[in-house]
Amino acid sequence: MLKIKNLHASVEDKEILKGINLEINAGEVHAIMGPNGSGKSTLANVVAGKEEYEQTSGEIIFENQEISELEADERAHKGLFLSFQYPVEIPGVSVTNFMKTAINENRKAQGLEDMPAKDMLKKIREKSELLDMDRKFLSRSLNEGFSGGEKKRNEIFQMAMLEPKLAILDETDSGLDIDALRIVSNGVNKLRTKDNAVLVITHYQRLLDYIVPDYVHVLLEGKIVKSGGKELAYKLEEHGYDWIKEEMKAV
Amino acid sequence: MELKDKLISSFFAFEEHVDVNTKVHNTRSEAMKNFEATGFPTRKDEDWKYTSLKSILKEDYSLFPKKEDAIEYKDVKKYFIHDIDAYTIVFIDGIYSSHLSQTTHDKIDACLMSSALSKDKYKPIIEKYFNKIAPKTSLNSLNTAFSREGAFINIPKNTVADKPIQILNFSTGNESALMLQPRNLVILGENSNVQIIERHQSLTDNAVLTNSVTEIYAEKRAILDYYKIQNDKSSASLIDNTYVEQKDDSNCSIHTFSFGGKLTRNNLQFFQKGEHIDSTMKGVTIIEDKQHVDHNTLVHHIEPNCESHQDYKGIYDDKSVGVFNGKVVVEKEAQKTNAFQSNNNILVSDKATINSKPQLEIFADDVKCSHGCTIGQLDEDAMFYLKSRGIPEKEARALLMYAFANNVLSSVKIPELQQRINKLIANKLNVNLGFDL
Repeated sequence: MLKIKNLHASVEDKEILKGINLEINAGEVHAIMGPNGSGKSTLANVVAGKEEYEQTSGEIIFENQEISELEADERAHKGLFLSFQYPVEIPGVSVTNFMKTAINENRKAQGLEDMPAKDMLKKIREKSELLDMDRKFLSRSLNEGFSGGEKKRNEIFQMAMLEPKLAILDETDSGLDIDALRIVSNGVNKLRTKDNAVLVITHYQRLLDYIVPDYVHVLLEGKIVKSGGKELAYKLEEHGYDWIKEEMKAV
Repeated sequence: MELKDKLISSFFAFEEHVDVNTKVHNTRSEAMKNFEATGFPTRKDEDWKYTSLKSILKEDYSLFPKKEDAIEYKDVKKYFIHDIDAYTIVFIDGIYSSHLSQTTHDKIDACLMSSALSKDKYKPIIEKYFNKIAPKTSLNSLNTAFSREGAFINIPKNTVADKPIQILNFSTGNESALMLQPRNLVILGENSNVQIIERHQSLTDNAVLTNSVTEIYAEKRAILDYYKIQNDKSSASLIDNTYVEQKDDSNCSIHTFSFGGKLTRNNLQFFQKGEHIDSTMKGVTIIEDKQHVDHNTLVHHIEPNCESHQDYKGIYDDKSVGVFNGKVVVEKEAQKTNAFQSNNNILVSDKATINSKPQLEIFADDVKCSHGCTIGQLDEDAMFYLKSRGIPEKEARALLMYAFANNVLSSVKIPELQQRINKLIANKLNVNLGFDL
């Protein structure tokens, strides 16, 4: 589904990603862990198509197509979704209206008519129940005055609405208390099928108790330096990253 | 012949034909003298520093249309807010159109300035209110000298107008260029309430210059909501001079939506002559190409315990120019005044300009006054957020612009009008956002 080959990327001429290789197949859950500043969020943003991040070399192949030159919206149309670490507040646009625009723009890209209003409302109702969201929430301005937990829940609600092939969850656990974490991860798990995939980016192993990964990758200084199964996450939680750094030095 | 000379020489011919009472005649002659002495404002006047009328005044305007033009309702239907029941006062090239209008004298007067100026029964009202608050600026004087037609709205005390009133000014292009001088008078008696929608619409690509004066008087506890829709063709220019005098406990709001026209200048002034008055001025400006919109506002806080709220938002693309000059004067007696002013602007193009100048003159010591002005671009992070959800660049920009203007839009109290303005914005931004804007 997603194949990243030797990806290098810079922000303001500073190289952050220094040759990432990663392959994610349908039905899989991958986790990327790493300390602050290792390039986790940069990777998420580059794959999603943020313009401030310059991809200097390498390939991003999504659903058999090189997407490096595509705009963020075109990547979304292909089925890519990024749950933001810091969702942007947009006063003046309600969650419902935002979702209507997003759904219909995606349909337009697929050559489909606008979704009938009745179907739209039904879908919004279903998916908001999945995330245990209050009705009132849907008429509020997008992310404005939302608590950290509400923002993250709203991100996963959008994911549920858009039904992406690959969802990248960037630090979705940060700012969540244990109840919100459970609701959010439940939502993600219910959306999993054999045809889609999830890439979880996190500092902590905690989230991975709920969204259980098939593979865990360690990102250090812009490179994936170690990959393994979910047990790798426990080891990182217990011992930190120093032992990997030691291993690297030894090599 | 220069426009000024043409106006002066036409005045005498005009004045012979109009049936008015002597007092009004004297007012007009005096106004003409004043215009003759001052002439059109130039950029040397501090209030006109950022707006030049020069290129507009070069046209050879006809001052009176040579023939009356009848237009059919179906051709102008789209300019009516037709999904609400409303009184409608329609002018075509400055002349009242009875077949397009629905006026009334039942409980309220929603009728014509020409009859108010000439009929005996309105004489006391005209003597009390006509040309009393419009400052003697050259443009007001010019309008006063030629004042013949416009809307006359009189809401007696303890009366709530049963439906909104629309004032529509069409120009047809029968003349190669036309200058119009509509004159409106709005009087709200004690405890009265009315909603008014005003629109100027050219139906031609010929040049039109409208120099409009509206005087509004709100007596004690009166409530007024006034909406100005400025979405004219790029061949039409508008100088809108509106003055509001409020008495105790009255509440007046004026919304100005400026999306169209070549040059638009709004002179809007509030005079608070009582206590516990609330005055609101809000505006959304969305312009492009070489359009120019200038908001020149004044709130004069004269008595204690009053409030004023100003909220103007502007979005400027291409080489368009915006001006906001908002003055708040708080007199020494006007203690406990709350005056708020905010002017937020987005420059979409690096060739667009906004000149924003807040002016606060405060002579009282126990007041709350605030003003804020921002000038920025669309937020890149927000753009990425929207695009990452599959919303393309153009739609994402439009959605952010709509969001930016939304708090002014949401204070429009007539839902159908709010819908209409949302549609105008969607058209202006050339998008369909998949929900009813």
